[in-house]
Amino acid sequence: MTARAERLMSGDLLPWIYTLAWILAILFGLMLLVGAPFGEALSGFLTGAFGGRRMAYLMATLSRATLIVGMALSVMISFRAGLFNIGGEGQLVAGGFVSALVAILLPGPPLLVLAAAILAGMAAGALWALLAGMLYIYVGVPLLVGSLLLNFPIRYIASYLVAHPFRDVQSGMLQSHLVPDGTWLAYFPGVRLDVGILFIVATSIFAIAYSHTTLHGYRARLNGLSPDFARAVGLPVTRLTLQTLAMSGAIAGLVGAIAVFGIHHRYVDGMLVQPLYAWTGIIAVLLVGMIPVLVPFSGFFFAAIQTGAAGMERSAGVPKEIALVMQAVIILFVASRVSGAILSSQNRAKGGDDGS
Amino acid sequence: MGLELLFDASFLASVPRFVTAILLAALGGAICERAGVFNIGLEGMMLTGAFFAVVGAYFSGSALVGAFTALVAGMLMGAIFAEFNLRRGGDSIVVSIAINLLAAGISTFLLGVIFGVAGAFNDPGIAGLEAVRIPFVEDIPVIGHVISGQSPLFYLALLLVYALHMFFARHRLGLRIRAAGENPAALRAGGVNPLWVQCWALLMCGGLCGLAGAQLSISNVNLFVENMSAGRGWIAVVAVLLTRGRPWPLFFIALLFGMVDSLSFRVQGLGLAQQFTDMMPYLATLIVLTALSWWRMRRQA
Repeated sequence: MTARAERLMSGDLLPWIYTLAWILAILFGLMLLVGAPFGEALSGFLTGAFGGRRMAYLMATLSRATLIVGMALSVMISFRAGLFNIGGEGQLVAGGFVSALVAILLPGPPLLVLAAAILAGMAAGALWALLAGMLYIYVGVPLLVGSLLLNFPIRYIASYLVAHPFRDVQSGMLQSHLVPDGTWLAYFPGVRLDVGILFIVATSIFAIAYSHTTLHGYRARLNGLSPDFARAVGLPVTRLTLQTLAMSGAIAGLVGAIAVFGIHHRYVDGMLVQPLYAWTGIIAVLLVGMIPVLVPFSGFFFAAIQTGAAGMERSAGVPKEIALVMQAVIILFVASRVSGAILSSQNRAKGGDDGS
Repeated sequence: MGLELLFDASFLASVPRFVTAILLAALGGAICERAGVFNIGLEGMMLTGAFFAVVGAYFSGSALVGAFTALVAGMLMGAIFAEFNLRRGGDSIVVSIAINLLAAGISTFLLGVIFGVAGAFNDPGIAGLEAVRIPFVEDIPVIGHVISGQSPLFYLALLLVYALHMFFARHRLGLRIRAAGENPAALRAGGVNPLWVQCWALLMCGGLCGLAGAQLSISNVNLFVENMSAGRGWIAVVAVLLTRGRPWPLFFIALLFGMVDSLSFRVQGLGLAQQFTDMMPYLATLIVLTALSWWRMRRQA
């Protein structure tokens, strides 16, 4: 027992303590730079992330975590299959504005419209991911840059549509009309948290079960660990790739729809891009080395950092972008320890293909 | 419209401004590519440069100091990349993503801390790089104002295309960088640690991306806006991928992307919605990337 504890201290634990010390030192340095009162900043952070009157800020954290975890699950499914789909942002935007437009244009009973809109959003996200996948498979465009570059056109298309044909002109902002209020996701009784989180809980369960128990998930993982092996044993790699990307995109589309019907009730230009949901989702996955059951927790962790930083801005005047810096620092220190080995093996395989 | 638009003198004169930023960042990326470091953090390094160029230019009152600050800040990002990728063994994609987020965070965070503003900092106190006027050349019709009257960084970038070509072909470090990318074992056998060579490559890359950022913030305009690089670092990444880091092809790709970039500004006045003109550079990049990938795939088959 003591031998084990010793081994833990020397082998595993000590580097983590150093890591934590580094991260805290950098955070402390940044606070000194701002000259913020430390106590107020800390209490502001905790209130902003977990407190508030009737838990209002905790609800805000959960609401943000809903979107981040959703994006993380989307990314996790493609990353585990060795597919560097970093175009989650585009798929998210596609899902968000398509579902908003469907809800605005489609007449009918609200619940049916809502269902149709969510499905349309998922389809849009899946199609956008498939486009990157087809460019990758049939044309040879590296998925990494292909999926990323596709973020830009869809962002501008969505922006155009809500700035011109579908703009709510009277509001004076670049946004669509409100979706019919019957389609709004209900709040839990007594708190400002919509039931969208239930969708993501369900998606989490699905994604964990998919990764650990299904044949498809197993094969995708195999492809991720060793594409050559997957090909050699005769897995249908092309189909596997496209199906996985479609699934990943559909989840991103769902997240877009949840943001529309749960939070904004319309499509606002930039609402899905500026908070960097997609990028936060990516780092949430990298932080825990793509282990499915841990993804929801790391998503919540980053959501708490972001809302906590907003609280720190209110109480101590620290610019809330400190959250971004902290996230990047955490990823640098932690993910370079955790995810490195898993991703690098593929990187090398991919590099071999490119001849680079 | 049509062709006469392309040969319009003021349009042509604006092309180098847009080419410079993409070219400088892409040259930096090329060094990493040849050294075998997969660096997709050009966007972040560029953004850092753009911000610190403004910091330097504002507090010193000299644009040259601004450009130098950008260079150093970019190199610092390169050093951070090297520390976590090379020494701590983190995956290069993960480190790149972190570098991009770090740059977005640091620049907006310090924007608030140093200047006390959010979103954008626009002040007449920011010294801009003066255009270099070349006597006699500037009197040549049409192309005179393309060649003369540009930012000093443009001439530097042109010089660097040739310099980098020679660097890879002749210089000892340049040769070592290529060896680190192509055959690190041989380099190690020769008594040189490839990690140190890659570290140098990252520092140079960071510096060049920093200068690319300076081109955006103290040369094209004199201000800093949140997320100012707006995807140009990614366009540079694509340029590097397409040319596999060879300087001359890189120059022509950067020229093409830069032309589309400036064309997109040019056609804004023609009644096209701004979203479509903003989209043009990325669409052009996607199209070129798709076409070249397809061509490469067919040639291999």
